[in-house]
Amino acid sequence: MPITDTKPRADVADRFVPKASPETRPFWDGTAAGELRIQSCTDCDRPFFYPRSSCPRCGGEALEWITCSGRASLYSYVISQRPAPGFEPPTVIAVVELEEGPRMMTNIVGVPPEPQFLPLDLPLQVTFEQRGDLAIPVFEPSESEVAR
Amino acid sequence: MRDDVVILGAAETEEVGRLPETSTLELHVQSARRALADAGLGLHQIDGIATVSTGGPGPVAVAHALGITPTYVDGTSVGGSSFLFHVRHAVAAIRAGHATAVLITHGESGRSRVGAAPWARQPDSSMAQFEMPYGVLGPPTTFTIPALRFLQETGNTLEHLAEVAVAQRRWSSRNSRAMYRDEVTVDEVLGARMVAWPFTLLMCCLVTDGGGALVVTSREFAEAHGSDLPLVNVAGTGEAATTPMVSQMEDMSTCRQFTLSSQAAFREAGMGPSDIDHLMIYDAFAHVPLYGLEDMGFVGRGESGAFVAEGNTSPGGSLPMNTNGGGLSYTHTGMYGMFAIQESVRQLRGQAEAQVDDVETSLVLGNGGMFMSAATLVLTRG
Repeated sequence: MPITDTKPRADVADRFVPKASPETRPFWDGTAAGELRIQSCTDCDRPFFYPRSSCPRCGGEALEWITCSGRASLYSYVISQRPAPGFEPPTVIAVVELEEGPRMMTNIVGVPPEPQFLPLDLPLQVTFEQRGDLAIPVFEPSESEVAR
Repeated sequence: MRDDVVILGAAETEEVGRLPETSTLELHVQSARRALADAGLGLHQIDGIATVSTGGPGPVAVAHALGITPTYVDGTSVGGSSFLFHVRHAVAAIRAGHATAVLITHGESGRSRVGAAPWARQPDSSMAQFEMPYGVLGPPTTFTIPALRFLQETGNTLEHLAEVAVAQRRWSSRNSRAMYRDEVTVDEVLGARMVAWPFTLLMCCLVTDGGGALVVTSREFAEAHGSDLPLVNVAGTGEAATTPMVSQMEDMSTCRQFTLSSQAAFREAGMGPSDIDHLMIYDAFAHVPLYGLEDMGFVGRGESGAFVAEGNTSPGGSLPMNTNGGGLSYTHTGMYGMFAIQESVRQLRGQAEAQVDDVETSLVLGNGGMFMSAATLVLTRG
């Protein structure tokens, strides 16, 4: 099965560029370095996302940044037909579950945006899309999946 | 069950739908005037105000425009279920002696955007950083995301999503105020224009202009001043909130705040699902009533789709649901919760266009945001 990139890169310039806040800066420094970094609580040893200043599970403030493997699985999604600025629909808007546990919203790229190629729990790997001065984490089917 | 606080007045704007000549503020004011008239009350008898609107006027602006000087003010803003929260808070305030008669108003120029601020983007908010970069365009591309996981985990199907839209049209076809009134088939729903797979246009709510208002007061006050219409007793209420970002739902196959808020409301009312004659579930999209039926315990896990498909929620069914046609077919200004309450009141009073026989108890489940917040009201006649 050929894997085609359906996102015209020329449009990326028109896509929404978020702005880092002080507490999320390490996350965006991570993506700029090609790494997916999330926080983990040293009291309850539980990683979480999105970045914040205390653990949402136990309230602990002793947090550390960890670098994720980048492996994830497809948790749920829609295939949007709506033309968001910079996106050429159809766009796969997904929530993925990181190997470390937390979930995040993202786009699925590198696969035709059709349901038969996007079964839930599909193994995924992070990649980064440069947008403005930020690198946005998006996911594509993992290499083992592509080779299959 | 306590019966000391009642809904005395309830009304919607004269029209709902496309109202490009009416501002957001005027939608509040018009619905408030109509609810006051319905209650048989004058401005000077209102001492509490509660309201919210997306990008529009808050409670002080609405009170001032009406000519009310409130000594109880609630601007709780938790999405389209806010008005259910307002009812709950008004009940508490009235019981505490902080207010005697609370006016709760809604007005939203959701379609025409008259007198309302444009949708705001704060590029350093959590949602902007972690959801907006992905080509999301409001509720049709975010509220919808949990559905595939829900279907897979519960065994409900795409056809069941369509069945919800089909059942709603059976009701709206009986409602002359509904924007969409033609009955549809499952094939027509599944074959409609795709918005965000698996959601077609007919599985998504309308976008309309309109408003509604309620007068909540003590039974004692209502009986001394009120109208000849049956009183609607606020028998039980509940509220809960989880996450502002749909991507951070704990489990996309269940909506925890639906369960928490309804458990609280049932507990206070001393009732359970089998005691409810009539049901309103905020149907911003076709999957939400399925979550509601399962998460509130009206059916078992995985049984909601078949329950709807078998006609139980349709006219003549065992549990009439969304009898105005709902957000999918009646009206949805952006904050639908007020309209769900209004239909429950009409059914309990015997005033609905698609009136169900012998409605003694009605439950309203409100949703706010994208599975963000919820509130539940158990209302009874008398």
